[in-house]
Amino acid sequence: MEKRVVFDGKLLPYALLMPQLLITIIFFYWPAAQAVWQSFFIQDAFGLTMQFVWFENYSVLFANPDYYRSMVTTLVFSCLVTFFSLSIALMFAVQADKHIKAAGAYKTFLMWPYAVAPAIAGVLWLFMFQPSLGLVAQAIRALGVDWNPQLNGGHAMTLVVMAATWKQISYNFLFFLAGLQSIPKSVIEAAAIDGARPARRFWTIIFPLLSPTTFFLLVVNIVYVFFDTFGIIDSVTGGGPAQATTTLVYKVFSDGRLGGDLGGSAAQSVILMILVIGLTAIQFRYIERKVQY
Amino acid sequence: MSEVVLDKVRKVYAGGVEAVRGVDIHVPAGAFCVLVGPSGCGKSTLLRMIAGLETITGGECRIGARRVNELEPAERDIAMVFQNYALYPHMSVYDNMAYGLRNRGTPKPEIDERVKEAARILEITPFLDRKPRALSGGQRQRVAMGRAIVRKPQVFLFDEPLSNLDAKLRIQMRVEIKKLQRALAVTSVYVTHDQLEAMTLADVLVVMNKGEVEQTGAPLDIYEKPASTFVASFIGAPPMNLVPVEAGENRPKAEGLTGGLGLAVPPGGAILGVRPEHLMVVTGAVPEDSLGITFPVSAVEAVGAETFVYGPIGGTGQDIIARLPGKALLAPGTPVSVAASAEHLHLFDRQTGKRIGP
Amino acid sequence: MVERQSLFSFLPHVILLIGIFIVAFPVYVAFVASTWDPATISNGQMPLWPGPHLVENYTQTLFQGTAKSSREPVGMMMLNSLIMALTIAIGKIAISIISAFAIVYFRFPFRMAAFWVIFVTLMLPVEVRIYPTYKIVADLGLLDSYLGLTVPLIASATATLLFRQFFMTVPDELVEASKIDGASAMQFFKDTLLPLSITSIAALFVIQFIYGWNQYLWPLLITTRESMGRPDGVADRHGDRRAGHAAAGAGGDPDAAALRQGPGRDREVRQFR
Repeated sequence: MEKRVVFDGKLLPYALLMPQLLITIIFFYWPAAQAVWQSFFIQDAFGLTMQFVWFENYSVLFANPDYYRSMVTTLVFSCLVTFFSLSIALMFAVQADKHIKAAGAYKTFLMWPYAVAPAIAGVLWLFMFQPSLGLVAQAIRALGVDWNPQLNGGHAMTLVVMAATWKQISYNFLFFLAGLQSIPKSVIEAAAIDGARPARRFWTIIFPLLSPTTFFLLVVNIVYVFFDTFGIIDSVTGGGPAQATTTLVYKVFSDGRLGGDLGGSAAQSVILMILVIGLTAIQFRYIERKVQY
Repeated sequence: MSEVVLDKVRKVYAGGVEAVRGVDIHVPAGAFCVLVGPSGCGKSTLLRMIAGLETITGGECRIGARRVNELEPAERDIAMVFQNYALYPHMSVYDNMAYGLRNRGTPKPEIDERVKEAARILEITPFLDRKPRALSGGQRQRVAMGRAIVRKPQVFLFDEPLSNLDAKLRIQMRVEIKKLQRALAVTSVYVTHDQLEAMTLADVLVVMNKGEVEQTGAPLDIYEKPASTFVASFIGAPPMNLVPVEAGENRPKAEGLTGGLGLAVPPGGAILGVRPEHLMVVTGAVPEDSLGITFPVSAVEAVGAETFVYGPIGGTGQDIIARLPGKALLAPGTPVSVAASAEHLHLFDRQTGKRIGP
Repeated sequence: MVERQSLFSFLPHVILLIGIFIVAFPVYVAFVASTWDPATISNGQMPLWPGPHLVENYTQTLFQGTAKSSREPVGMMMLNSLIMALTIAIGKIAISIISAFAIVYFRFPFRMAAFWVIFVTLMLPVEVRIYPTYKIVADLGLLDSYLGLTVPLIASATATLLFRQFFMTVPDELVEASKIDGASAMQFFKDTLLPLSITSIAALFVIQFIYGWNQYLWPLLITTRESMGRPDGVADRHGDRRAGHAAAGAGGDPDAAALRQGPGRDREVRQFR
């Protein structure tokens, strides 16, 4: 789609684009290029010399069981958060789409965790589930479960999944609701006349018609889980215990920080970039085409 | 007030599509010229080239004595009324009309005077403080007109300005536009696909097809002597009946046709045209020089003042339409004979569709 | 609608109320905690209703800092966050709207190239290129400055795309009418496009303000009072902080922890650990 009529101007458009392009190149492309560049070097312990090592950083990375573990962690974490936040949000959206009283009020209340920072979301949940003084933690322990996310990796994962899901529900809810409201009522009425009961109507008519929204959210959520949950993990578990909640992104951060292994960290960054580019490419391929029913 | 001259104007788009293929039009100063044609015939492109919104690929466009090909729209001293009005939605009616004058540095008191004058003429004075969204379609249309007339331009350009209005309002606005143009006597170029609008508004009517001018002239001349089958079927509703005929003995020959003596058809055959309104029901014999058509009635549409009668003619499978005055009592299935006098017959070339007689 | 009235018509309300409970409960707990004294909270006996220390806790945290940890008052940090969020939101909108204007309303060499250069940055969240970006900011001497904090986050493919989408929906006839009315490109931008974009700008401002306010990792790295100019140096600091992690949000300073309700304040979080 292009404009039929445009303005003349030789330098003006470049001048208008300049600020955006400058910032983009200095703070996006240059560092990204540096990450690629650095991923081929090993830095000595004092950060004084650099040695060109080709793909050694990568091979070291792929030989490291920790890296695979963090991949598995990321995968588990992504799947759980995406699944729960999408299905819970869909359930709420379907209810809020019904013509019930106070639908608007419900909507407002369900919306606002979107504005809560991930790190804060983490703290809120940590505060409830902290073993010695968290309200919910105490309740769980009273039931006889030895709840301790600070020692038990599974518990820690459960906690970050809950916090991350909680944070994402409102975003998904909004999009699902918009998607539901854009389905023509006549289609649903036609299905009703065709004799489909409500549950059947949902799975055979509404859910398929919602697939573009669902797909869009799927990709958005995966990207969210990859990157935006950094704050949650950092504030709730710090990647622990024993790296049980260290995702790929968290690992880039902690390896670069603790080990000072810039080459290794850069190699991880490059792998992540490739991953994100892949995800985004898929996203736009399908959004441009619009997932069809 | 200036004349508008298009001299062999061409438009070729980047992809190689030739939208306008060498058009010559002369609009005398103060005349109302209507460009009419089906969608995609290049009429809008032509108008936008006059406005300066499209570049002119070849030929020359002159307003007054001035060649305007290279001028910006703002420098051409034109005003335009758009199909969707293109009112600035965030500005009041007053500001919408004043905007162009302000950009030209017109002194404030003069702007005020001109806007109020235009508002008075168009009867939109009570709405000057409103935003366009608070107006009805007809009122928006007037504001769009007002924006054009405050500028006192050399030329008004109209791009299908009535097509967003409902049928009743369209007729009303059509009359008003015509009156206004007469009163202001500003040269106008008006684009429409509606042949009725074209017929009623135009001093100079230009019928376009596939990027070329099919015919130029006064509306009634075009109605009476269409230059091609295209013009014949485009101007007039319902369209002219066009029947392929063979050469007979100094008369056209086809199944279901009688008479037509003196209408010479070339050896290769031709297309015979007769307007539905020129067909009359006959009971007795048809005069030799008139054209008689007999066909079985397949459908009758009575609309009160007149009746449309449809039926297949000969072996062509084509329907013929007769537009009969009043209420014609015809039952579907019964045959009917109609006739048109010699002066109402048209003959077109079978290959090119150009008029060959009479 | 095609729903019949049935005995189950209360079901949507029940489900949505559960939803609101899930969404609100963590925040409510934090609020309740913010009204009790540290002792009540740390012995794990905090009740589910507000206590008597509300005003005291908030004034202390906002304006005085907490005595135990000699921490800065949160009020100051909120001001910092506000400046940062405002700069980012306004900056993003300003540079994105003019670049979208250039891309949509002009034809010039490398137009699509420029579009793609901006577009691809969607795929490079700050997290994946964190250390190299940090290094560049350090090299430019922008550590510990509002400039370093905000400028790298100001480029926005999202906002540019949104404005581009919006400009595409602005009728062509408005440009044409403006041209005929004798408006220049920048006059059209100022007189017509900008007023029409107000709703988009407002919506985007909210989103970008939240984005700026919620920044976590980037301020964590950039604001290092004892700046060493090396990422691992900064990182060491974080390492130290993390030592007390086990007690996060709890043993350390329940009041401060309790205060983290409502919109986020990233830097406090790391402060309180």
